[in-house]
Amino acid sequence: MAETAPETAKTAPETAKTAPEAAKTAPVTWKPAGTVRRSTRAWRVRSSAVIVGLVVLAVLVVPPLVQLDEQAVDLAAKLQPPSLAHPFGTDDVGRDLLLRCVYGLRVSLLVGVVAAVVATVIGTAVGAAAAASGGWFDRVVMRLVDLFSSVPHLLLGIFIVAMFTPGVWPVVISVALTHWLSTARIVRSEVLSLRSRPYVDAAISGGASRWRVAVRHLLPGVLPQAGLAAVLMVPHAIFHESALSFLGLGLPTHQASLGTLVQAARGSLLAGDWWPTLFPGLFIIVPTLAIAGLAGAWRERLNPRRRSELML
Amino acid sequence: MLELQDVTAGYERRVPVFRDVSLTVAPGEAVGLLGPSGCGKSTLARVGALLHRPDAGRVVIDGEAAAGWRHRAPRARRTAFGVVFQQPRLSADPRLRLTDLIAEPLRANGRGNEVTYNVRELAEKVGLGPELLGRRPHEVSDGQLQRACLARALVLRPRWLVCDEMTAMLDASTTAALVAVVEEYRAETGAGLLAVGHDRVLLQRWCDRTAEWSDLGASPGK
Repeated sequence: MAETAPETAKTAPETAKTAPEAAKTAPVTWKPAGTVRRSTRAWRVRSSAVIVGLVVLAVLVVPPLVQLDEQAVDLAAKLQPPSLAHPFGTDDVGRDLLLRCVYGLRVSLLVGVVAAVVATVIGTAVGAAAAASGGWFDRVVMRLVDLFSSVPHLLLGIFIVAMFTPGVWPVVISVALTHWLSTARIVRSEVLSLRSRPYVDAAISGGASRWRVAVRHLLPGVLPQAGLAAVLMVPHAIFHESALSFLGLGLPTHQASLGTLVQAARGSLLAGDWWPTLFPGLFIIVPTLAIAGLAGAWRERLNPRRRSELML
Repeated sequence: MLELQDVTAGYERRVPVFRDVSLTVAPGEAVGLLGPSGCGKSTLARVGALLHRPDAGRVVIDGEAAAGWRHRAPRARRTAFGVVFQQPRLSADPRLRLTDLIAEPLRANGRGNEVTYNVRELAEKVGLGPELLGRRPHEVSDGQLQRACLARALVLRPRWLVCDEMTAMLDASTTAALVAVVEEYRAETGAGLLAVGHDRVLLQRWCDRTAEWSDLGASPGK
């Protein structure tokens, strides 16, 4: 009987669960292939969550709490290696690097999150509109997306930044305007596949308007993918902010961001002072990997079949 | 009277699945449409329910030729058809609870105030207990989900029912139960039925007459 199907479905995860236990008790030396990967994955997700939590805490709590000026110059203490007073050392005008890293992370994260959200909104709107209208509009829009995708992101970003005076917002605009393309593609294909499902036919037959089908059935189906694209874009956007600032086109040098910090440290690295480069560099890499790790776990939940793909 | 006249339809321009097919369903009549898989009988059913625009031919409903399909069809014309598809998993929005699934057509027509009464009553009719109504599609079986899909097709009290391989995925007892629900509804309202399938025994017992795909004047598209 078809009604008994839930029972059989319920027992399936239990049999799956017994496999690792069997591996523990069995005297044989081999392990089922899945068990090792599953535990490392859990570890990766947990450590990513801890790091992202620490980053959010550092960014939100530290600046208002410590009330120190991250731009305070102390020429007597310039270029000091890491010590108890300055855990990350000081830069070439004696500013505390730990403080500047935290403030820099704040700026970079702000740029990354805002740019990712704006890019996702643009991409979702364009992709959904293209898929919904179809025909020549779809074709023209997607060819434009192809055209913009063929230009390297950074080059286009530089072009956009160069039109404004340096600051946080031109960088946000530049990163957002160069990163919505892939989201538009993802959302378009997702809407196209959802639109041909029989439940859309059933909704139309039930008298649902275009608007109702879009809002009630299509958009909720696309949102998880779009949200995932947004989270995956945050590290990417941070990289781009860093790259633009490193090239001297992003933020002004006195404003601490991870990119400007690495850029400012270039000279001292050649003189053998490693700390002004290493710590901001770690601040770029570690949160980026952590966010990507969490997004990867989310993606695995959304689409278990794509497990083998890269995380970034 | 539902008349499909010389319909040519398909999914690619110039490569129709079938050409010049005609089929008529009289008011209150139950017509079974038999044919091999892939011949286009589901497509024909979707054309009849105004869900797929044909490349050529006419659909005449009660003497009036249909001018638009899908969203371009007037709402009253679309809702005159209750449609049940073959795969309940694909024809139910995975995010909606069964109550909302059944109530969706009422809400889409601005009749949300009738939901509580109608849904409870219909669910009982198709054999869904109140404890199942709060579940989502992945928490019920194919049979239970198809019962909900049938309730959704009946909730607006359509004049025509289109059952596209409604029972192909189901076991014998659920099939019998669903057919009984359809027949009870038809006896009560006098609705016409177009049942598509390839189970000859079932359709011959269920319907007033069965039409053989090869007898409909169908010539293969290519």
